[in-house]
Amino acid sequence: MIQTALIMMGVGIFAGIAGSILGIGGGMIITPILTLGMGLNIKYAIGASIIAVIATSSGSTIAYLRDNVLNLRVAMFLEIATTTGAITGALLTGVLDPKYLYLLFGCLLVFSGWNMYRKLRRGQEVLQRVEPDRIATKLKLNGTYYDKAEMKNVDYQVENVPAGFTVMFGAGVASGLLGIGSGAFKVMAMDTFMKMPLKPSSSTSNLMMGVTAAASATVYFFNGSILPGIAVPMALGILGGAVIGSRVMQILPSRWIRIVFIPIILYIGLQMLFKGLGVHF
Amino acid sequence: MQEKQTATAKEMAQVETIIDRILQVGVIVSAIVMLIGLVIFLVTGQSGYPGSTMPLSMGAILVGTWHLKAYAIMMLGTYCLILTPVLRVVVSIYAFYKERDHLYVAITTLVLFILLFALFIGVHGD
Repeated sequence: MIQTALIMMGVGIFAGIAGSILGIGGGMIITPILTLGMGLNIKYAIGASIIAVIATSSGSTIAYLRDNVLNLRVAMFLEIATTTGAITGALLTGVLDPKYLYLLFGCLLVFSGWNMYRKLRRGQEVLQRVEPDRIATKLKLNGTYYDKAEMKNVDYQVENVPAGFTVMFGAGVASGLLGIGSGAFKVMAMDTFMKMPLKPSSSTSNLMMGVTAAASATVYFFNGSILPGIAVPMALGILGGAVIGSRVMQILPSRWIRIVFIPIILYIGLQMLFKGLGVHF
Repeated sequence: MQEKQTATAKEMAQVETIIDRILQVGVIVSAIVMLIGLVIFLVTGQSGYPGSTMPLSMGAILVGTWHLKAYAIMMLGTYCLILTPVLRVVVSIYAFYKERDHLYVAITTLVLFILLFALFIGVHGD
């Protein structure tokens, strides 16, 4: 019993560090370890991974906010899209064939991975336009963050708000319907479509993930999908890991984070494409 | 314009400190409750419930917590953790209100309502 608790804590610390640096939920890390590694039923693995998402989100956002990395306005504005998307997705279960969503989002993620690679090659994190975006200005979405790696304040502008909003709605539908990819889609919408720098994108994604997950978490909580003996030590590990990870992320150069992020996003994207095409591993 | 902007920035920083505190307290409280439950579970070696069952209603969780049953306390801590993002939204409404940013008070309130609606269909639907 103590052994299980210690293992789960260790897994949690690892998932918390990785999740908070990349702005992804950690379900991708947690689910295979629980199902393949520990032989746990998928129902409990999903329950645990939704708690993992919330723990990553809450653990890291308390660290980010103080350091002014996340963009609260972008988060709340886009949260309208993800939460309504998640409800739509939940309601569409059984109506819409998930195959098309897997294909669509698989393509989007692969495109996003390619786009991130191009950004990496160009070596320029923030694009400054002469003409600020009209909608972004009206909604006060443009922001500033202090980059601890570069030791300076970075001003950035947000573009393509309607496109970002649409992708976020789709991300909500996908995570409501498929229960996956909530974090990767959010980073993609902000980084690829709205041209936000990677650090505010990933920390804002972290905040949003928790809010979206909280809505569905109560269902899993009351239907018995959450095993306290597994979820609690894991959540404690994640909280600790996320606090560490969000500190580390701020001093890491964006370039390095991107280098880690690209293979992960390509991996998730290809996995979805294969699922959509009916190929299983 | 410049002066007005710095005043807002200063005020925003103050409000953010308050939010930061509230959220920290929320996360720390849920962590402590989970930890107490886990320690009781590991020390006594008992979950307080037969087999692999656990308390699944708020009533059962509270009663179990009162009797210091490990799983009940662990579930209570987990529930507190689930509520921290909701707390985040509520506190953000206050922050935008303090900034007199009516547009974002409206946007964030809308998010809260959508969230509550989702919680509602989550509990009653599915």
